Amino acid sequence: MIALEKRPQPSRGWLVAAPLLAVVLTMLVGGAMFAALGVDPVEAIRTIFWDPLFNPQFASYSRPQLLVKAGPLILIAIGLSLGFRAGIWNIGAEGQYIMGAICGAGAGLAFYPSESLLIFPLMALAGALGGWAWAMIPALFKTRFGTNEILVSLMLVYVAESILASVSSGLLRNPEGMGFPGSRNLAQWDAAANRELLANTGMHWGVVAAFVSVILAYVLMSRHVLGFNIRLSGDAPRAARFAGVRPARIIIFCLGTAGALAGLAGLFEVAGPAGQISIDFNSGYGFTAIIVAFLGRLHPVGILLAGLLMALTYIGGELAQLMLGVPGASIQLFQGMLLFFLLGVDVFTNYRLRLGRREVA
Amino acid sequence: MGHHLLSLRGLTKAYPGVVANDDVSFDVAEGEIHALLGENGAGKSTLVKAIYGLVTPDAGEMEFAGRRFAPAEPSDARRAGVAMVFQHFSLFNALSVAENVALGMETPPRTRDLARRIRDVSEEYGLPLDPYRTVGTLSAGERQRVEIVRCLLQEPRLLIMDEPTSVLTPQEVEILFATLRQLREEGRSILYISHKLDEIRALCDTATILRLGRRVATCTPAERSSRELAEMMVGASFATPEPRGAAPGEIALEVAGLSLPAPGAFGTPLREVGFDLRKGEVLGIGGVAGNGQDELLAALSGERPAPRGTIWLSGRDISRLGPMARRDSGLLSGPEERLGHAAAPEMSLTENAVLTAARRERLVRGGFIDWDAAERFARRIVDRFDVRTPGTDTAARALSGGNLQKYVIGREILQRPEVLVVNQPTWGVDAAAAAAIRQALLDLAAKGTAILVISQDLDELMQISDRFAALNEGRLSPARPVAELTLERIGLMMGGAHDMEVAHAEA
Repeated sequence: MIALEKRPQPSRGWLVAAPLLAVVLTMLVGGAMFAALGVDPVEAIRTIFWDPLFNPQFASYSRPQLLVKAGPLILIAIGLSLGFRAGIWNIGAEGQYIMGAICGAGAGLAFYPSESLLIFPLMALAGALGGWAWAMIPALFKTRFGTNEILVSLMLVYVAESILASVSSGLLRNPEGMGFPGSRNLAQWDAAANRELLANTGMHWGVVAAFVSVILAYVLMSRHVLGFNIRLSGDAPRAARFAGVRPARIIIFCLGTAGALAGLAGLFEVAGPAGQISIDFNSGYGFTAIIVAFLGRLHPVGILLAGLLMALTYIGGELAQLMLGVPGASIQLFQGMLLFFLLGVDVFTNYRLRLGRREVA
Repeated sequence: MGHHLLSLRGLTKAYPGVVANDDVSFDVAEGEIHALLGENGAGKSTLVKAIYGLVTPDAGEMEFAGRRFAPAEPSDARRAGVAMVFQHFSLFNALSVAENVALGMETPPRTRDLARRIRDVSEEYGLPLDPYRTVGTLSAGERQRVEIVRCLLQEPRLLIMDEPTSVLTPQEVEILFATLRQLREEGRSILYISHKLDEIRALCDTATILRLGRRVATCTPAERSSRELAEMMVGASFATPEPRGAAPGEIALEVAGLSLPAPGAFGTPLREVGFDLRKGEVLGIGGVAGNGQDELLAALSGERPAPRGTIWLSGRDISRLGPMARRDSGLLSGPEERLGHAAAPEMSLTENAVLTAARRERLVRGGFIDWDAAERFARRIVDRFDVRTPGTDTAARALSGGNLQKYVIGREILQRPEVLVVNQPTWGVDAAAAAAIRQALLDLAAKGTAILVISQDLDELMQISDRFAALNEGRLSPARPVAELTLERIGLMMGGAHDMEVAHAEA
């Protein structure tokens, strides 16, 4: 019979091997799924993982897209990982992302058509504040009334989506847009545009912010006492209280930081790649970032790599839809598999398999 | 005494890295109370788990009532006539006694019939119990009765009891012993696990002594002295703490009128707790588990703020200060629960050093942790307190209970506290390590630290305390010098401060 036995120490080898094995398993099972859909699995996997980077026909377009997509994923996932380390489950980054975009875009549009250099910094600040404020709702409810942050933050995503629909056809609607819903195009307004910083790389301010956040998060978690307290709260809440950590402060810091970073990601997206506030502005980055955070083992460097990988599946997935005609849902299924297998394989980090017979009386 | 009821032959069970039982053989006769004696980690628990079908031995055979016996799961063992009372109760607080008993049965009778049977059995064996009481309202001793009655309803031929007296007052221990003797008269056998030598000498007919997984002797305990038994158990003589002669100094910690509501549905409120603690003095606080020990520690460590004016450290009101500020002012503490409270299980020993020593040992500068300094401090604890570990980067949960206990107590002692509060400092620790911890506490007191030891081990408290007080339902009895106490008086103190008043009026 097969038994799982708890390891005395988490296995370091498995800690690194688990994400890699999860990717391999996803490729295998995903390939089988594509085969069942009538698509050559090898070609499908190659289209998703290889072509966006190295196919001469597509790479010039899709290579820059890698950073464009990875930027917001990494930025949001870094914020989420702080809370996840502390056992605070913010599932509502998508809502914080939307509110950041709305607040940031709104703050900029209030000064249209000024060409002041202060416009873009102001928008970034407003975007961060918008996401922060949206995350403070579950944070304060949790610290004051003991509500569950998973439910509150998730439900607020749907509230944020309704607000998005409302402002894109109301408050922020482009007065010169002939009645169509959607705001002015920020990417076409110099003072507000989040431009590509290096031509044909996809590098914009959001990507810079993502890289900076990776470094800051690394220093915070490994060197700073606040990061220590966050990890302590997640590992042993009672020991944290004994050490003198105030749970409410950790909750407010983690949710607040996650909200601010998600809000920033939203602002950079709306001022750059998306260009305008519209009803279908959000594309699920806030949810996908949860996968990115776990795939990266809640470690800043891991998240950086996981963000790039997940961005690749986005781009490759689009390519596969276009070239091979696989349905869009199969790509989401593919991404879901990645998290599923990671969590499954992760068991072996803390447990080892024992094969042995049991005597029967 | 009849023939053998249970025979073990060459029983062996190994876990990765440790042989829990190595070729153990002994017999339990019908109608005898057989003691299984050994230190923590000697392999007693694994052995009885094998008998109860919770563990499958790697090698060896068992015979029960003349038949080959290899239970694959506890229900097999129960069908054969083996019942077990665990050290940690598996009862649901929110359910009644009868409901709890019914949950353990495969085909429970109607509650009314079951309640009648519970009442019959409990009266027959002198264990009064109301079947309709909610378990959450019962004392630890009464909960144990529920477990015993649950076993007796199965009419077992062999009853296994794992450390049954660790949660009982001396009076409750007498009641339990009377019940066990009655069971023996009826021809039932009892396998009695303990490391308390006096109990075993008073109660048991035969004793099998285990050390490091091996059987070292089987003897008649009444014919041996406690010292002989202890030496067989430990394998060598060990240092007993030396008493000190130093006179206590001025008051270091004063607690007055400390009342706190219960932290949860089944916690205990603190009621008007008051005592004072002098420099260089050890005050022992005894009492049955669940009478406010955890709550008192939380109030003193600062995890729960206390009402203003109730806790004074060297004349300064620290009632409202949090744990960090209290450590800064010299009050350190060590909670009972090692894993999850005193230490974070998944964190390394170095990280766990930062847990309480961040400020006193200057392990944090400008908000950043000095990991080299933390590692050095962790290494000092490991060296000074003989903590057996592969290294300081080992996760706390990978250490055995005794080693981790040495580590977390050592961590506080090395920070040179002015007042040290510890709860169950030697719980689950082997005799040699326990002696080392007690000696370290006494050495610390000799240097002038005021020490408060909360413990359920009366022997320990008698050994190291200058004065003794007892917690009962959140009330603390007045502290008495240990030299004036008798066992009976201690029992009365543990039973409730009111009884103490009566005893005084009579005296």
